[in-house]
Amino acid sequence: MDSELTGLVAGLEIHQQLDTACKLFCGCPTRIRPVEEHDGEFFRYLRATASELGKIDRAAEEEMKQVRRFRYLAYDTTCLVENDDEPPSPLNDEALECTLQVAKTFGMTPIEQVHVMRKLVIDGSNTSGFQRTGLVAVGGTLPNGGRIESICLEEEAAQRVEEACFSLDRLGIPLVEITTSPCLRSPEEVQETAAYIGMVLRSTGKVKRGIGTIRQDLNVSIPEGARVEIKGVQELDLIAEVVRREVRRQQGLLAIRAELLSRGAGIDEEPVDVTGLFKNTGSAILKKAPVILGVRLRGFAGLVGQELQPGRRLGSELSDYAKRCGVGGIFHTDELPAYGVTGEEVTSLRGALEAQDDDCVVIVAADRKRAQCAVRQVVRRAQLALEGVPEETRKMLEGGSSAYMRPLPGAARMYPETDVLPVAITAERWAGVAVPELLTEKALRLKRESGLDPAVARQLAHSDRLPLYLRAVEAGVRPTLAARTALATLKELGRDGVPVERLEDEDVTAILTAVEEGRAAKEAVPDLLRAVAAGSSVKDALATLAPTVGADELEAIVARIVGERTEFVLERGMGALGPLMGLVMAEVRGSVDGKRLSELLRSALKHALE
Amino acid sequence: MIQELAPGDRVACTVGDTELTGTYITDRAGMRVVKLDSGYNIGVGPERVDLVEHIPLAPQPALEVEQDPNLPELAIVSTGGTIASRIDYRTGAVTSQFTAADILRAIPGLAEIARYRTHVLATILSENMTPALWQELARAVHDAIADGASGVIVTHGTDTMSHSAAALAFMLQTPVPVVFVGSQRSADRPSSDNVMNGISAAAAAVSDLGEVAVVMHEGPSDDRCALHRAARVRKLHTSRRDAFQSVESSPIGHVDYPARTVHLSRDAVRRGRRALALDDRLEPRCGLIQFYPGMEPALLDSFAGYKGLVVAGTGLGHVSTPCIERLGALVANGTAVVMTSQCLYGRVCDRVYDTGRDLLACGVIEGATMLPEVALVKLMCVLGRTRDPDEVRRLMQADLAGEVLGRTPHGL
Repeated sequence: MDSELTGLVAGLEIHQQLDTACKLFCGCPTRIRPVEEHDGEFFRYLRATASELGKIDRAAEEEMKQVRRFRYLAYDTTCLVENDDEPPSPLNDEALECTLQVAKTFGMTPIEQVHVMRKLVIDGSNTSGFQRTGLVAVGGTLPNGGRIESICLEEEAAQRVEEACFSLDRLGIPLVEITTSPCLRSPEEVQETAAYIGMVLRSTGKVKRGIGTIRQDLNVSIPEGARVEIKGVQELDLIAEVVRREVRRQQGLLAIRAELLSRGAGIDEEPVDVTGLFKNTGSAILKKAPVILGVRLRGFAGLVGQELQPGRRLGSELSDYAKRCGVGGIFHTDELPAYGVTGEEVTSLRGALEAQDDDCVVIVAADRKRAQCAVRQVVRRAQLALEGVPEETRKMLEGGSSAYMRPLPGAARMYPETDVLPVAITAERWAGVAVPELLTEKALRLKRESGLDPAVARQLAHSDRLPLYLRAVEAGVRPTLAARTALATLKELGRDGVPVERLEDEDVTAILTAVEEGRAAKEAVPDLLRAVAAGSSVKDALATLAPTVGADELEAIVARIVGERTEFVLERGMGALGPLMGLVMAEVRGSVDGKRLSELLRSALKHALE
Repeated sequence: MIQELAPGDRVACTVGDTELTGTYITDRAGMRVVKLDSGYNIGVGPERVDLVEHIPLAPQPALEVEQDPNLPELAIVSTGGTIASRIDYRTGAVTSQFTAADILRAIPGLAEIARYRTHVLATILSENMTPALWQELARAVHDAIADGASGVIVTHGTDTMSHSAAALAFMLQTPVPVVFVGSQRSADRPSSDNVMNGISAAAAAVSDLGEVAVVMHEGPSDDRCALHRAARVRKLHTSRRDAFQSVESSPIGHVDYPARTVHLSRDAVRRGRRALALDDRLEPRCGLIQFYPGMEPALLDSFAGYKGLVVAGTGLGHVSTPCIERLGALVANGTAVVMTSQCLYGRVCDRVYDTGRDLLACGVIEGATMLPEVALVKLMCVLGRTRDPDEVRRLMQADLAGEVLGRTPHGL
């Protein structure tokens, strides 16, 4: 392990959407809809409410800095529960059963009586202002000896369409949340553990597949650093990189702290109005700003512009905090002159704030209220730089760096969902929970039973087309043909724009069975699938694309085609086989097996050449 | 051994081989409810929960809120709705401490509109309302107005809010706005409608209105509240924010949110138009029954001895022939019987079909355009004032508070 990673402590939170018939607290389907299909919309405001201890959660308070009007899009597949206009139905039992299966797989112990809680979230992604969640089981183990702390069953949030607009189709889809203890010690271990948990989840056969259906949150800290939660890592392959970059960021912040302390750095709390200095500036943003406020960060020169992660500086962190007040960003003297701001303007700015050489000046341009709010935020974040690494919730950016999102939420954000009755998990119920066969085990079994190549068997085990494969093999289709169709053919067709999601397993199996019974050539499979996906019945597709050709008829066709091309045959010899195959296939339109035809054609050629 | 625990105690519990710590909340359905340090509540068998430390319950600090002496003064009379209630999660009980500070804290923004004095009349769910409480409510509102309040806000559970509002409309003649308000989503959630409804109610209470009204969401969005005339409003949905609708009439105004601008319709009664007067007499021995096909006629006999009975009949205002006979017997024995319709929309007319004419012949009073529950409340008030059958009939068919429409709107 790299010495710089010594002391790294990381944990994972994995959120996986379940593929249940209904949502967690209502009868709506768990279907994602194209936004343009929404058939209703409404507007709401949210505000932070105090917890039972009379405290307002700090993360919620942060969100309240801006009062925002949220717009929600409704569909004919959403109902009053998503609108927060009807109390929730009882907890979806299918989702609970699936959660229990996962819990049992990890050797966890269920909670005797599950209580649904409200987790305060007022960023607009939940119409109610909270996310419903229940702790289902605790105390599991990972193969590497690590611990699973807990498994919760939650409702998915609404999908953000744009800034303050949310789509309600996703709200309420059941979500399993698995939290490991902070037991992971290297970026690679974090990534491997995420992969393993994902595999276990998919083993239930009850989880959604595709982008956005599984999300990883990472908890990372280093010695003297702080616990930082990075949300929304969707690509498994990026996890290790995200961890590495966070370690680098925390180390960078600690180095900045050391330098600041040695310089005796400090922050002026009072901003200076410098609007007048930029009256004739070449910067469009500053020129049109009603108010420009500057604040002096003493001893910060050179450090605000210091890179912490690719594309991220201390200045980016200051800017993230300022943006909470609704401003577009900040300017700081480490990056000026630039953006249309001249050297003279920088000099007069420094003069106005009495900045020395090792001071940095940050300016914010907005209306007065927002600018004042933003300056307070900049001051707050700069003060935190003197302390080191702030505890934060961050969001992942493209490539693996991250940006500030909000403070880490405290326990003050949880209060009981009084509209849902607690659910008891009795010993009898727990005993009856079936542990799913793990995909890794299934892959081994497939290899054993079918003689498939180990790589193909593993691929198949992890594929969401596994049920198709099993069904086809059961119907008498050769494992190789079934595997090729499930893994390769359908994928290629999908890439070509064929709507393969419309193909039922039953129809694909019928086509493959036709091949095995000699009623269609395996070469015709892609065309047959294409036709069925386009709306044709299997029977019609077979009749059109693979009309039945009798043995005599086929022999006659072969004899005629060879007879008509004697010259070509004599010229090419056995080399005529390939071109002639194509001609015959075109005539019989995929209704005969290529191997059989090739044998027939070969003997006809031999005969002709004798 | 099962330990005695008090809410708020620090406890440890074991789930499998995991040791968890948290705060004891309460016992429910044979389980101990523990709030874990993570914030999650779980139910655990009592034998698996151990006391770590007893924590005495700290008294809630009283909060003082500054009120602007230059603003008009409003009275808030609370009957126990959810609009400013708070749940004590340690005990699971709904607390209804209700001071001006409480409500100003629950609904930020109210302090910009007026000053408030508060009066807790009751802390009940509105289905537990009684005619006796309507009388108390009418007196409290009357006294507040007599005492100089520029307007009165009545916070009320939504289930029977329209009944109470109608009762006040019949008992109280008011020169200032008397505004009923509730919330459909509890006050403890960030999305509660209590903020917009509360702010809109206060805006309406300082407005130019001069009658009893209900203020609630106009649609599903947080952009507008409707002002409904007390005797024409009904809760028409179990859960939606815009459950309250004016039946067969338009709202008498609305309040834009967050602008707080109040728009009154032309026929809304204006501030100062009427002098303050209270007639809180009321006859509680009145009933309401909905007729259904095959209804056992003898059921009607159980109203024998009642002073009044409202029937929600079918269509134009009908009951079956066997039931007519029993209603006739009730009328003969001194019960005033008023016919309304389950249709809710439209006018009762018992002169079209035979059963209707038979009803009229035995002395049943046509309830015109009154909603069944409004007719009930009105009948109680009318019977509190007179027992003379002709006078009862005249008053029941006269318009006292907007409940009887002279013209039935075509609604096109």
